[in-house]
Amino acid sequence: MKKVYVNEEWCLGCHLCEYYCAFANSGITDMVKALKDKKINPRIQIEEGGDVCFAVSCRHCEEPLCVKGCITGAITIVDGVVSVDREKCVSCYTCILSCPYGAVMPSDEGAIQKCELCVKNAGGEPNCVKGCPNKAIVFEERG
Amino acid sequence: MNYVIIGNSTAGIGTVEGIRKHDKSGEIIIISNEKHHTYSRPLISYLLYGKTTEEKMKYRKDSFYEDNNAKLVFGNVLSIDDKKKTVNLENGESISYDKLLVGAGSKPFVPPMQGLESVKNKFTFMSLDDAKALEAIITSETRVLIIGAGLIGLKAAEGLSKRVASITVVDMATRVLPSILDEEGSKIVEEHLVKSNIKCILGTTTKELFEEKAILSNGDEINFDVLIVAVGVRPNTELVKDIGGQVNRGIQINTKCETSINDIYSAGDCTESYDITTGENKILAILPNAYMQGEVAGINMAGGNKEYTNAIPMNAMSILGLHMITAGSYDGEQIITKAENAYKKLVVRDGLLVGYIMIGEVNRAGIYTSLIRDKVQLDSVDFEVLKNKPQLIAFSKQVRMQKLGGVKNDN
Ligand SMILES: Cc1cc2nc3c(=O)[nH]c(=O)nc-3n(C[C@H](O)[C@H](O)[C@H](O)COP(=O)(O)OP(=O)(O)OC[C@H]3O[C@@H](n4cnc5c(N)ncnc54)[C@H](O)[C@@H]3O)c2cc1C
Repeated sequence: MKKVYVNEEWCLGCHLCEYYCAFANSGITDMVKALKDKKINPRIQIEEGGDVCFAVSCRHCEEPLCVKGCITGAITIVDGVVSVDREKCVSCYTCILSCPYGAVMPSDEGAIQKCELCVKNAGGEPNCVKGCPNKAIVFEERG
Repeated sequence: MNYVIIGNSTAGIGTVEGIRKHDKSGEIIIISNEKHHTYSRPLISYLLYGKTTEEKMKYRKDSFYEDNNAKLVFGNVLSIDDKKKTVNLENGESISYDKLLVGAGSKPFVPPMQGLESVKNKFTFMSLDDAKALEAIITSETRVLIIGAGLIGLKAAEGLSKRVASITVVDMATRVLPSILDEEGSKIVEEHLVKSNIKCILGTTTKELFEEKAILSNGDEINFDVLIVAVGVRPNTELVKDIGGQVNRGIQINTKCETSINDIYSAGDCTESYDITTGENKILAILPNAYMQGEVAGINMAGGNKEYTNAIPMNAMSILGLHMITAGSYDGEQIITKAENAYKKLVVRDGLLVGYIMIGEVNRAGIYTSLIRDKVQLDSVDFEVLKNKPQLIAFSKQVRMQKLGGVKNDN
Protein backbone atom coordinates (compact mmCIF):
# COMPACT_ATOMS: atom_id res chain seq x y z
CA MET A 1 0.00 0.00 0.00
CA LYS A 2 1.15 3.54 -0.71
CA LYS A 3 2.07 5.44 2.44
CA VAL A 4 3.82 8.65 3.37
CA TYR A 5 7.53 8.01 3.87
CA VAL A 6 10.18 10.34 5.15
CA ASN A 7 13.50 11.13 3.43
CA GLU A 8 14.94 12.94 6.37
CA GLU A 9 18.11 14.20 4.69
CA TRP A 10 15.99 16.19 2.24
CA CYS A 11 13.86 17.90 4.86
CA LEU A 12 14.43 21.65 5.02
CA GLY A 13 12.33 22.16 8.13
CA CYS A 14 10.19 24.62 6.17
CA HIS A 15 6.96 23.36 7.80
CA LEU A 16 5.08 23.66 4.50
CA CYS A 17 3.75 20.11 4.96
CA GLU A 18 2.07 21.26 8.15
CA TYR A 19 0.39 24.15 6.33
CA TYR A 20 -0.70 21.97 3.41
CA CYS A 21 -2.12 19.45 5.87
CA ALA A 22 -4.04 22.08 7.81
CA PHE A 23 -5.34 23.54 4.54
CA ALA A 24 -6.47 20.17 3.17
CA ASN A 25 -8.33 19.40 6.37
CA SER A 26 -9.86 22.84 6.83
CA GLY A 27 -12.67 22.24 4.38
CA ILE A 28 -12.01 25.72 2.98
CA THR A 29 -11.06 26.05 -0.67
CA ASP A 30 -9.04 29.24 -0.44
CA MET A 31 -5.63 28.64 1.13
CA VAL A 32 -5.26 32.19 2.38
CA LYS A 33 -8.66 32.18 4.04
CA ALA A 34 -7.99 28.76 5.53
CA LEU A 35 -4.67 29.65 7.10
CA LYS A 36 -4.20 33.38 7.50
CA ASP A 37 -3.93 34.45 11.14
CA LYS A 38 -4.93 30.98 12.27
CA LYS A 39 -2.97 28.82 14.65
CA ILE A 40 -2.74 25.59 12.74
CA ASN A 41 -3.09 22.13 14.29
CA PRO A 42 -1.77 19.87 11.54
CA ARG A 43 -1.78 16.07 11.55
CA ILE A 44 1.78 15.96 10.26
CA GLN A 45 4.33 17.60 12.47
CA ILE A 46 7.97 18.54 12.02
CA GLU A 47 10.49 17.50 14.62
CA GLU A 48 13.74 19.43 14.61
CA GLY A 49 16.87 19.73 16.67
CA GLY A 50 20.51 20.40 15.82
CA ASP A 51 20.88 19.86 12.08
CA VAL A 52 18.19 17.19 11.87
CA CYS A 53 14.58 17.68 10.92
CA PHE A 54 11.84 15.46 9.60
CA ALA A 55 8.07 15.16 9.41
CA VAL A 56 6.06 12.69 11.48
CA SER A 57 2.60 11.48 10.58
CA CYS A 58 0.61 8.27 11.00
CA ARG A 59 2.38 5.14 9.72
CA HIS A 60 -0.88 3.32 9.01
CA CYS A 61 0.57 0.31 10.80
CA GLU A 62 -0.55 -3.16 9.82
CA GLU A 63 -0.98 -3.98 13.52
CA PRO A 64 -2.06 -0.56 14.81
CA LEU A 65 -2.01 -0.25 18.59
CA CYS A 66 -4.35 2.74 18.39
CA VAL A 67 -6.99 0.60 16.68
CA LYS A 68 -6.60 -2.37 19.00
CA GLY A 69 -6.67 -0.18 22.08
CA CYS A 70 -9.45 2.21 21.06
CA ILE A 71 -12.02 1.99 23.81
CA THR A 72 -14.94 3.10 21.66
CA GLY A 73 -14.30 1.41 18.34
CA ALA A 74 -13.89 4.85 16.75
CA ILE A 75 -10.52 4.03 15.17
CA THR A 76 -10.69 1.37 12.49
CA ILE A 77 -8.81 0.31 9.39
CA VAL A 78 -10.69 1.26 6.24
CA ASP A 79 -9.01 -0.06 3.08
CA GLY A 80 -5.64 0.03 4.83
CA VAL A 81 -6.10 3.58 6.11
CA VAL A 82 -6.29 4.00 9.89
CA SER A 83 -9.41 6.15 10.17
CA VAL A 84 -11.22 7.98 12.94
CA ASP A 85 -14.97 8.19 13.39
CA ARG A 86 -15.16 11.55 15.11
CA GLU A 87 -18.75 10.99 16.14
CA LYS A 88 -17.83 7.97 18.21
CA CYS A 89 -14.59 9.33 19.66
CA VAL A 90 -14.90 10.69 23.22
CA SER A 91 -11.30 11.96 23.50
CA CYS A 92 -10.17 9.48 26.12
CA TYR A 93 -6.68 9.63 24.54
CA THR A 94 -5.99 5.91 24.81
CA CYS A 95 -4.68 6.24 21.24
CA ILE A 96 -2.25 8.94 22.36
CA LEU A 97 -1.12 6.58 25.12
CA SER A 98 -0.69 3.79 22.56
CA CYS A 99 0.83 5.28 19.39
CA PRO A 100 4.60 4.63 19.34
CA TYR A 101 5.11 7.47 16.84
CA GLY A 102 3.22 10.18 18.66
CA ALA A 103 1.14 10.58 15.51
CA VAL A 104 -2.32 10.93 17.06
CA MET A 105 -3.29 14.23 18.64
CA PRO A 106 -6.28 16.12 19.98
CA SER A 107 -8.19 18.04 17.32
CA ASP A 108 -9.63 21.49 17.80
CA GLU A 109 -13.16 20.13 17.51
CA GLY A 110 -13.16 17.73 20.44
CA ALA A 111 -12.28 14.36 18.97
CA ILE A 112 -8.78 13.14 18.22
CA GLN A 113 -7.21 13.55 14.81
CA LYS A 114 -4.54 11.84 12.78
CA CYS A 115 -3.37 11.60 9.20
CA GLU A 116 -5.93 9.78 7.08
CA LEU A 117 -3.90 10.17 3.87
CA CYS A 118 -6.36 12.84 2.70
CA VAL A 119 -8.88 10.19 1.70
CA LYS A 120 -11.70 12.01 3.47
CA ASN A 121 -11.00 15.53 2.26
CA ALA A 122 -10.93 17.06 -1.17
CA GLY A 123 -7.22 16.32 -1.56
CA GLY A 124 -7.51 12.67 -2.51
CA GLU A 125 -3.72 12.31 -2.35
CA PRO A 126 -1.76 13.42 0.70
CA ASN A 127 -1.61 17.18 0.42
CA CYS A 128 1.51 17.39 2.59
CA VAL A 129 3.40 15.40 -0.03
CA LYS A 130 2.09 17.61 -2.83
CA GLY A 131 3.24 20.68 -0.95
CA CYS A 132 6.69 19.43 -0.01
CA PRO A 133 9.21 21.38 -2.12
CA ASN A 134 12.06 18.92 -1.68
CA LYS A 135 10.62 15.39 -1.77
CA ALA A 136 11.43 14.99 1.91
CA ILE A 137 8.13 13.18 2.20
CA VAL A 138 6.88 10.93 -0.54
CA PHE A 139 3.73 8.91 -1.14
CA GLU A 140 4.76 5.54 -2.46
CA GLU A 141 4.99 1.80 -1.93
CA ARG A 142 7.96 0.66 0.09
CA GLY A 143 8.59 -2.99 1.11
CA MET B 1 -14.02 -26.05 13.68
CA ASN B 2 -16.59 -24.66 16.03
CA TYR B 3 -15.75 -21.84 18.41
CA VAL B 4 -17.65 -20.74 21.48
CA ILE B 5 -16.94 -17.44 23.19
CA ILE B 6 -18.27 -16.57 26.65
CA GLY B 7 -18.59 -12.79 26.90
CA ASN B 8 -19.63 -10.29 24.24
CA SER B 9 -17.32 -7.51 25.30
CA THR B 10 -13.79 -6.44 24.37
CA ALA B 11 -12.07 -9.80 24.94
CA GLY B 12 -14.80 -11.66 23.07
CA ILE B 13 -14.81 -9.26 20.14
CA GLY B 14 -11.01 -9.39 19.94
CA THR B 15 -11.30 -13.15 19.79
CA VAL B 16 -13.78 -13.07 16.91
CA GLU B 17 -11.50 -10.74 14.96
CA GLY B 18 -8.49 -12.93 15.77
CA ILE B 19 -10.27 -16.10 14.63
CA ARG B 20 -11.41 -14.49 11.39
CA LYS B 21 -7.84 -13.57 10.47
CA HIS B 22 -7.23 -17.30 10.01
CA ASP B 23 -10.53 -19.05 9.67
CA LYS B 24 -13.23 -17.44 7.59
CA SER B 25 -15.78 -20.22 7.85
CA GLY B 26 -15.71 -21.98 11.24
CA GLU B 27 -18.85 -21.53 13.30
CA ILE B 28 -18.61 -18.89 16.03
CA ILE B 29 -21.12 -18.63 18.86
CA ILE B 30 -20.84 -15.76 21.34
CA ILE B 31 -22.75 -16.16 24.60
CA SER B 32 -23.60 -13.09 26.63
CA ASN B 33 -25.57 -12.60 29.80
CA GLU B 34 -25.87 -8.90 29.03
CA LYS B 35 -28.64 -8.53 26.50
CA HIS B 36 -27.02 -5.89 24.34
CA HIS B 37 -25.16 -5.48 21.10
CA THR B 38 -21.47 -5.28 22.05
CA TYR B 39 -20.87 -1.94 23.69
CA SER B 40 -17.93 -0.05 25.09
CA ARG B 41 -18.00 -0.52 28.85
CA PRO B 42 -15.87 2.55 29.63
CA LEU B 43 -18.43 4.73 27.87
CA ILE B 44 -21.15 4.26 30.46
CA SER B 45 -19.95 7.38 32.26
CA TYR B 46 -19.83 9.33 28.99
CA LEU B 47 -23.41 8.23 28.33
CA LEU B 48 -24.56 9.83 31.59
CA TYR B 49 -22.46 12.88 30.84
CA GLY B 50 -24.12 13.22 27.44
CA LYS B 51 -20.95 12.83 25.43
CA THR B 52 -22.13 9.69 23.68
CA THR B 53 -25.37 7.85 22.99
CA GLU B 54 -26.35 4.21 23.20
CA GLU B 55 -26.05 4.08 19.44
CA LYS B 56 -22.60 5.63 19.28
CA MET B 57 -21.25 3.58 22.16
CA LYS B 58 -21.66 0.34 20.26
CA TYR B 59 -18.17 -1.14 20.22
CA ARG B 60 -18.66 -2.52 16.72
CA LYS B 61 -21.08 -1.79 13.87
CA ASP B 62 -24.60 -3.18 13.79
CA SER B 63 -23.53 -5.61 11.10
CA PHE B 64 -20.59 -6.97 13.13
CA TYR B 65 -22.06 -10.41 13.83
CA GLU B 66 -23.31 -10.82 10.29
CA ASP B 67 -20.05 -9.56 8.79
CA ASN B 68 -18.08 -12.04 10.87
CA ASN B 69 -20.55 -14.86 10.48
CA ALA B 70 -20.87 -15.09 14.25
CA LYS B 71 -24.00 -15.91 16.20
CA LEU B 72 -24.85 -13.96 19.34
CA VAL B 73 -26.79 -15.94 21.94
CA PHE B 74 -28.17 -14.30 25.07
CA GLY B 75 -27.79 -16.61 28.03
CA ASN B 76 -25.92 -17.21 31.23
CA VAL B 77 -23.24 -19.91 31.22
CA LEU B 78 -23.40 -21.90 34.45
CA SER B 79 -20.66 -24.40 33.81
CA ILE B 80 -18.19 -25.84 31.36
CA ASP B 81 -17.84 -29.57 30.80
CA ASP B 82 -14.32 -29.96 29.48
CA LYS B 83 -14.73 -33.72 29.01
CA LYS B 84 -17.82 -33.49 26.81
CA LYS B 85 -16.63 -30.12 25.51
CA THR B 86 -19.85 -28.30 26.14
CA VAL B 87 -20.95 -25.21 27.96
CA ASN B 88 -24.16 -25.38 29.94
CA LEU B 89 -26.55 -22.46 30.08
CA GLU B 90 -28.94 -21.49 32.81
CA ASN B 91 -31.90 -22.22 30.52
CA GLY B 92 -30.86 -25.85 30.30
CA GLU B 93 -29.38 -25.64 26.84
CA SER B 94 -25.89 -26.93 26.24
CA ILE B 95 -23.64 -25.81 23.41
CA SER B 96 -20.66 -27.80 22.23
CA TYR B 97 -17.31 -26.38 21.28
CA ASP B 98 -14.05 -27.41 19.72
CA LYS B 99 -12.29 -24.33 21.08
CA LEU B 100 -13.64 -22.20 23.90
CA LEU B 101 -12.77 -18.68 24.98
CA VAL B 102 -13.64 -17.46 28.46
CA GLY B 103 -13.90 -13.68 28.31
CA ALA B 104 -16.12 -13.30 31.35
CA GLY B 105 -14.63 -10.05 32.63
CA SER B 106 -15.21 -8.99 36.18
CA LYS B 107 -17.96 -8.16 38.60
CA PRO B 108 -18.22 -5.33 41.09
CA PHE B 109 -16.93 -6.08 44.55
CA VAL B 110 -19.31 -4.94 47.26
CA PRO B 111 -17.76 -5.39 50.69
CA PRO B 112 -19.92 -6.03 53.72
CA MET B 113 -21.03 -2.64 55.04
CA GLN B 114 -23.12 -2.12 58.09
CA GLY B 115 -26.63 -1.11 57.08
CA LEU B 116 -26.14 -1.48 53.33
CA GLU B 117 -29.37 -3.48 53.04
CA SER B 118 -31.39 -0.51 54.30
CA VAL B 119 -30.16 1.82 51.53
CA LYS B 120 -32.99 2.42 49.11
CA ASN B 121 -31.14 3.47 45.98
CA LYS B 122 -27.85 1.66 45.69
CA PHE B 123 -25.88 0.96 42.57
CA THR B 124 -22.65 -0.39 41.24
CA PHE B 125 -21.16 1.17 38.10
CA MET B 126 -20.05 -1.51 35.68
CA SER B 127 -22.63 -1.98 32.99
CA LEU B 128 -24.92 -0.24 30.56
CA ASP B 129 -27.85 -1.42 32.66
CA ASP B 130 -26.29 0.21 35.73
CA ALA B 131 -25.97 3.48 33.81
CA LYS B 132 -29.53 3.28 32.54
CA ALA B 133 -30.90 2.54 35.99
CA LEU B 134 -29.05 5.57 37.34
CA GLU B 135 -30.23 7.67 34.43
CA ALA B 136 -33.81 6.77 35.27
CA ILE B 137 -33.58 7.87 38.87
CA ILE B 138 -31.40 10.98 38.99
CA THR B 139 -32.69 14.54 38.85
CA SER B 140 -31.03 17.90 39.32
CA GLU B 141 -31.97 17.56 43.00
CA THR B 142 -30.22 14.25 43.60
CA ARG B 143 -27.45 14.00 46.19
CA VAL B 144 -24.98 11.27 45.29
CA LEU B 145 -22.57 9.46 47.57
CA ILE B 146 -19.87 7.44 45.87
CA ILE B 147 -17.77 5.00 47.85
CA GLY B 148 -14.46 4.56 46.07
CA ALA B 149 -12.11 7.17 44.58
CA GLY B 150 -10.57 4.84 42.04
CA LEU B 151 -11.05 4.96 38.27
CA ILE B 152 -14.62 3.70 38.30
CA GLY B 153 -15.77 5.87 41.22
CA LEU B 154 -14.31 9.00 39.67
CA LYS B 155 -15.71 8.20 36.22
CA ALA B 156 -19.13 7.79 37.82
CA ALA B 157 -18.64 11.16 39.53
CA GLU B 158 -17.71 12.78 36.23
CA GLY B 159 -20.65 11.22 34.41
CA LEU B 160 -23.10 12.55 36.98
CA SER B 161 -21.39 15.87 37.65
CA LYS B 162 -23.64 18.02 35.47
CA ARG B 163 -26.79 16.12 36.25
CA VAL B 164 -27.19 16.13 40.00
CA ALA B 165 -27.18 18.50 42.97
CA SER B 166 -24.12 17.21 44.78
CA ILE B 167 -21.51 14.49 44.68
CA THR B 168 -19.42 13.27 47.59
CA VAL B 169 -16.70 10.68 47.11
CA VAL B 170 -15.49 8.75 50.15
CA ASP B 171 -12.50 6.43 50.18
CA MET B 172 -10.55 4.56 52.77
CA ALA B 173 -7.36 5.41 50.88
CA THR B 174 -5.82 8.74 51.73
CA ARG B 175 -5.64 9.82 48.09
CA VAL B 176 -7.54 9.50 44.82
CA LEU B 177 -6.53 7.08 42.04
CA PRO B 178 -3.86 5.43 44.18
CA SER B 179 -3.51 2.54 41.75
CA ILE B 180 -2.27 4.70 38.87
CA LEU B 181 -0.91 7.92 40.38
CA ASP B 182 1.82 8.94 42.81
CA GLU B 183 1.04 11.26 45.73
CA GLU B 184 1.75 14.43 43.83
CA GLY B 185 -0.48 13.30 40.97
CA SER B 186 -3.28 12.37 43.34
CA LYS B 187 -3.07 15.83 44.88
CA ILE B 188 -3.42 17.50 41.47
CA VAL B 189 -6.46 15.42 40.61
CA GLU B 190 -8.05 15.95 44.01
CA GLU B 191 -7.65 19.72 43.71
CA HIS B 192 -9.24 19.55 40.28
CA LEU B 193 -12.17 17.53 41.62
CA VAL B 194 -12.74 19.96 44.45
CA LYS B 195 -12.65 22.88 41.98
CA SER B 196 -15.26 21.00 39.95
CA ASN B 197 -17.53 20.78 43.00
CA ILE B 198 -16.93 17.14 43.75
CA LYS B 199 -16.34 16.71 47.44
CA CYS B 200 -13.67 14.18 48.42
CA ILE B 201 -13.49 12.71 51.91
CA LEU B 202 -10.39 10.53 52.02
CA GLY B 203 -8.81 8.24 54.59
CA THR B 204 -12.33 7.60 55.80
CA THR B 205 -14.70 4.64 55.80
CA THR B 206 -18.45 4.39 56.11
CA LYS B 207 -19.29 3.23 59.58
CA GLU B 208 -22.98 2.76 59.07
CA LEU B 209 -25.48 3.22 56.30
CA PHE B 210 -29.13 4.09 56.60
CA GLU B 211 -31.86 4.50 54.02
CA GLU B 212 -30.60 7.92 52.93
CA LYS B 213 -27.72 8.66 55.26
CA ALA B 214 -24.16 7.53 55.92
CA ILE B 215 -22.17 7.93 59.09
CA LEU B 216 -18.46 8.01 58.39
CA SER B 217 -15.55 6.89 60.54
CA ASN B 218 -14.56 10.54 61.06
CA GLY B 219 -17.98 11.25 62.50
CA ASP B 220 -19.35 13.09 59.46
CA GLU B 221 -22.95 12.45 58.48
CA ILE B 222 -23.79 12.54 54.82
CA ASN B 223 -27.30 12.62 53.48
CA PHE B 224 -27.76 11.11 50.04
CA ASP B 225 -30.43 9.97 47.64
CA VAL B 226 -28.25 7.64 45.60
CA LEU B 227 -25.35 5.49 46.76
CA ILE B 228 -22.79 4.13 44.31
CA VAL B 229 -20.42 1.45 45.54
CA ALA B 230 -17.24 1.46 43.46
CA VAL B 231 -14.57 0.02 45.69
CA GLY B 232 -13.23 -2.51 43.26
CA VAL B 233 -13.89 -5.40 40.93
CA ARG B 234 -13.31 -9.13 41.12
CA PRO B 235 -12.52 -11.30 38.10
CA ASN B 236 -15.09 -13.88 37.03
CA THR B 237 -12.93 -16.97 37.39
CA GLU B 238 -15.46 -19.54 38.62
CA LEU B 239 -16.20 -21.21 35.28
CA VAL B 240 -12.57 -22.24 34.93
CA LYS B 241 -11.88 -22.80 38.61
CA ASP B 242 -14.86 -25.18 38.94
CA ILE B 243 -13.32 -27.59 36.45
CA GLY B 244 -9.91 -27.50 38.05
CA GLY B 245 -8.29 -24.92 35.78
CA GLN B 246 -5.41 -22.97 37.24
CA VAL B 247 -6.70 -19.80 38.84
CA ASN B 248 -4.80 -17.44 41.05
CA ARG B 249 -6.46 -14.05 41.54
CA GLY B 250 -7.36 -14.25 37.87
CA ILE B 251 -7.44 -17.11 35.41
CA GLN B 252 -3.88 -18.22 34.59
CA ILE B 253 -3.01 -18.14 30.92
CA ASN B 254 0.19 -18.58 28.95
CA THR B 255 1.52 -16.26 26.25
CA LYS B 256 -0.83 -17.90 23.73
CA CYS B 257 -3.75 -17.16 26.07
CA GLU B 258 -4.36 -20.85 26.75
CA THR B 259 -5.63 -21.82 30.19
CA SER B 260 -4.34 -24.96 31.87
CA ILE B 261 -7.25 -26.90 30.33
CA ASN B 262 -7.09 -28.23 26.78
CA ASP B 263 -8.87 -26.18 24.15
CA ILE B 264 -9.96 -23.55 26.65
CA TYR B 265 -8.52 -20.07 26.22
CA SER B 266 -9.11 -16.98 28.25
CA ALA B 267 -8.64 -13.23 27.79
CA GLY B 268 -9.42 -9.88 29.34
CA ASP B 269 -10.32 -8.77 32.85
CA CYS B 270 -10.88 -12.31 34.14
CA THR B 271 -7.24 -13.26 33.53
CA GLU B 272 -3.86 -12.43 34.97
CA SER B 273 -1.23 -10.89 32.74
CA TYR B 274 2.52 -10.88 33.08
CA ASP B 275 3.51 -7.25 33.67
CA ILE B 276 6.93 -6.85 32.04
CA THR B 277 7.72 -3.78 34.13
CA THR B 278 7.60 -5.65 37.43
CA GLY B 279 7.92 -9.28 36.40
CA GLU B 280 4.73 -10.11 38.26
CA ASN B 281 1.48 -11.71 37.22
CA LYS B 282 -1.39 -9.38 37.88
CA ILE B 283 -4.82 -8.45 36.70
CA LEU B 284 -4.60 -5.67 34.14
CA ALA B 285 -8.22 -4.65 33.90
CA ILE B 286 -7.85 -2.35 30.92
CA LEU B 287 -9.54 -2.47 27.60
CA PRO B 288 -6.49 -2.54 25.27
CA ASN B 289 -5.17 -5.54 27.16
CA ALA B 290 -8.51 -7.35 26.83
CA TYR B 291 -8.57 -6.74 23.09
CA MET B 292 -4.99 -7.80 22.46
CA GLN B 293 -5.32 -10.96 24.54
CA GLY B 294 -8.60 -11.80 22.81
CA GLU B 295 -7.07 -11.31 19.40
CA VAL B 296 -4.07 -13.50 20.26
CA ALA B 297 -6.38 -16.17 21.71
CA GLY B 298 -8.51 -16.08 18.56
CA ILE B 299 -5.54 -16.44 16.25
CA ASN B 300 -4.25 -19.43 18.20
CA MET B 301 -7.71 -21.01 18.47
CA ALA B 302 -7.93 -20.86 14.69
CA GLY B 303 -4.61 -22.63 14.25
CA GLY B 304 -2.40 -19.56 13.89
CA ASN B 305 0.55 -18.87 16.09
CA LYS B 306 0.80 -15.69 18.05
CA GLU B 307 2.03 -14.73 21.49
CA TYR B 308 1.24 -11.78 23.72
CA THR B 309 4.38 -10.97 25.63
CA ASN B 310 4.53 -7.29 26.39
CA ALA B 311 1.61 -6.44 28.64
CA ILE B 312 2.01 -3.39 30.85
CA PRO B 313 -0.38 -1.48 33.06
CA MET B 314 -1.39 1.68 31.23
CA ASN B 315 -4.23 4.15 31.51
CA ALA B 316 -5.50 7.17 29.68
CA MET B 317 -7.92 8.86 31.98
CA SER B 318 -9.61 12.20 31.92
CA ILE B 319 -11.73 13.74 34.56
CA LEU B 320 -13.70 16.88 33.85
CA GLY B 321 -11.20 18.22 31.34
CA LEU B 322 -8.03 17.15 33.12
CA HIS B 323 -6.18 14.54 31.07
CA MET B 324 -3.68 12.11 32.47
CA ILE B 325 -1.76 9.22 30.95
CA THR B 326 0.18 6.70 32.99
CA ALA B 327 2.03 3.48 32.25
CA GLY B 328 4.27 0.88 33.83
CA SER B 329 5.48 0.84 37.41
CA TYR B 330 7.00 3.54 39.58
CA ASP B 331 9.77 1.78 41.45
CA GLY B 332 13.10 3.31 40.38
CA GLU B 333 14.87 6.59 39.81
CA GLN B 334 12.28 9.37 39.49
CA ILE B 335 12.68 12.27 37.10
CA ILE B 336 10.07 14.89 37.76
CA THR B 337 9.22 17.97 35.72
CA LYS B 338 6.53 20.45 36.59
CA ALA B 339 5.11 23.31 34.61
CA GLU B 340 2.16 25.64 35.03
CA ASN B 341 -0.49 23.08 34.16
CA ALA B 342 1.54 19.96 33.75
CA TYR B 343 3.17 17.33 35.88
CA LYS B 344 5.43 14.62 34.55
CA LYS B 345 7.32 11.82 36.19
CA LEU B 346 9.58 9.39 34.37
CA VAL B 347 10.80 6.31 36.22
CA VAL B 348 14.05 4.63 35.23
CA ARG B 349 15.35 1.31 36.46
CA ASP B 350 18.30 -0.74 35.23
CA GLY B 351 18.80 1.50 32.21
CA LEU B 352 15.19 1.18 31.07
CA LEU B 353 12.18 3.45 31.27
CA VAL B 354 9.75 1.41 33.39
CA GLY B 355 6.99 3.88 34.06
CA TYR B 356 5.66 7.39 33.64
CA ILE B 357 2.92 9.71 34.75
CA MET B 358 1.81 12.69 32.66
CA ILE B 359 -0.92 14.99 33.90
CA GLY B 360 -2.27 18.01 32.08
CA GLU B 361 0.09 17.75 29.13
CA VAL B 362 -0.05 14.31 27.49
CA ASN B 363 0.97 14.90 23.88
CA ARG B 364 2.80 12.03 22.21
CA ALA B 365 2.84 9.97 25.41
CA GLY B 366 2.86 6.80 23.30
CA ILE B 367 6.52 7.35 22.50
CA TYR B 368 7.26 6.83 26.20
CA THR B 369 4.92 3.83 26.26
CA SER B 370 6.85 2.27 23.39
CA LEU B 371 10.14 2.70 25.25
CA ILE B 372 8.66 0.70 28.13
CA ARG B 373 6.94 -1.90 26.01
CA ASP B 374 9.92 -2.46 23.72
CA LYS B 375 12.38 -2.35 26.65
CA VAL B 376 14.53 0.17 24.80
CA GLN B 377 17.96 0.57 26.41
CA LEU B 378 18.11 4.23 27.36
CA ASP B 379 21.79 4.43 26.40
CA SER B 380 20.73 3.75 22.79
CA VAL B 381 18.62 6.94 22.68
CA ASP B 382 19.17 10.56 23.62
CA PHE B 383 17.42 10.41 26.95
CA GLU B 384 18.09 14.07 27.76
CA VAL B 385 16.01 15.00 24.73
CA LEU B 386 13.30 12.56 25.78
CA LYS B 387 13.15 13.93 29.29
CA ASN B 388 12.15 17.25 27.78
CA LYS B 389 9.33 15.73 25.74
CA PRO B 390 8.52 12.51 23.91
CA GLN B 391 10.01 12.78 20.43
CA LEU B 392 11.45 10.51 17.77
CA ILE B 393 14.50 12.68 17.20
CA ALA B 394 15.91 11.05 20.34
CA PHE B 395 16.31 7.77 18.48
CA SER B 396 19.31 6.97 16.27
CA LYS B 397 19.02 7.81 12.60
CA GLN B 398 18.86 4.13 11.75
CA VAL B 399 15.90 3.57 14.06
CA ARG B 400 14.17 6.66 12.66
CA MET B 401 14.63 5.25 9.17
CA GLN B 402 12.89 2.08 10.31
CA LYS B 403 10.14 4.00 12.02
CA LEU B 404 9.49 6.60 9.34
CA GLY B 405 11.30 5.61 6.19
CA GLY B 406 9.91 2.13 5.68
CA VAL B 407 13.37 0.59 6.18
CA LYS B 408 13.11 -2.94 7.48
CA ASN B 409 14.57 -3.84 10.85
CA ASP B 410 16.95 -6.73 10.10
CA ASN B 411 17.19 -7.98 13.66
C1 LIG C 1 -16.89 2.71 34.35
C2 LIG C 1 -15.72 2.03 33.72
C3 LIG C 1 -14.78 2.78 33.05
C4 LIG C 1 -13.69 2.19 32.44
N1 LIG C 1 -12.81 2.99 31.77
C5 LIG C 1 -11.77 2.42 31.14
C6 LIG C 1 -10.86 3.22 30.39
O1 LIG C 1 -11.00 4.43 30.30
N2 LIG C 1 -9.83 2.61 29.77
C7 LIG C 1 -9.64 1.25 29.85
O2 LIG C 1 -8.69 0.75 29.26
N3 LIG C 1 -10.49 0.47 30.54
C8 LIG C 1 -11.54 1.02 31.19
N4 LIG C 1 -12.41 0.22 31.88
C9 LIG C 1 -12.14 -1.23 31.92
C10 LIG C 1 -12.69 -1.93 30.68
O3 LIG C 1 -14.04 -1.69 30.57
C11 LIG C 1 -12.39 -3.42 30.75
O4 LIG C 1 -10.99 -3.61 30.81
C12 LIG C 1 -12.93 -4.18 29.56
O5 LIG C 1 -14.31 -4.01 29.42
C13 LIG C 1 -12.61 -5.67 29.71
O6 LIG C 1 -13.25 -6.41 28.72
P1 LIG C 1 -13.58 -7.94 28.93
O7 LIG C 1 -14.15 -8.39 27.63
O8 LIG C 1 -12.42 -8.65 29.48
O9 LIG C 1 -14.66 -8.00 30.09
P2 LIG C 1 -16.09 -7.27 30.28
O10 LIG C 1 -16.14 -5.99 29.54
O11 LIG C 1 -16.32 -7.25 31.75
O12 LIG C 1 -17.10 -8.28 29.60
C14 LIG C 1 -17.37 -9.58 30.04
C15 LIG C 1 -18.75 -9.97 29.57
O13 LIG C 1 -18.97 -11.35 29.85
C16 LIG C 1 -20.26 -11.50 30.37
N5 LIG C 1 -20.29 -12.73 31.18
C17 LIG C 1 -19.61 -12.98 32.31
N6 LIG C 1 -19.89 -14.20 32.78
C18 LIG C 1 -20.77 -14.75 31.92
C19 LIG C 1 -21.45 -16.00 31.87
N7 LIG C 1 -21.26 -16.91 32.83
N8 LIG C 1 -22.31 -16.23 30.87
C20 LIG C 1 -22.51 -15.30 29.90
N9 LIG C 1 -21.87 -14.10 29.88
C21 LIG C 1 -21.03 -13.83 30.89
C22 LIG C 1 -20.44 -10.25 31.21
O14 LIG C 1 -21.78 -9.99 31.52
C23 LIG C 1 -19.86 -9.21 30.29
O15 LIG C 1 -20.80 -8.77 29.36
C24 LIG C 1 -13.52 0.79 32.51
C25 LIG C 1 -14.47 0.01 33.18
C26 LIG C 1 -15.55 0.61 33.78
C27 LIG C 1 -16.56 -0.24 34.49
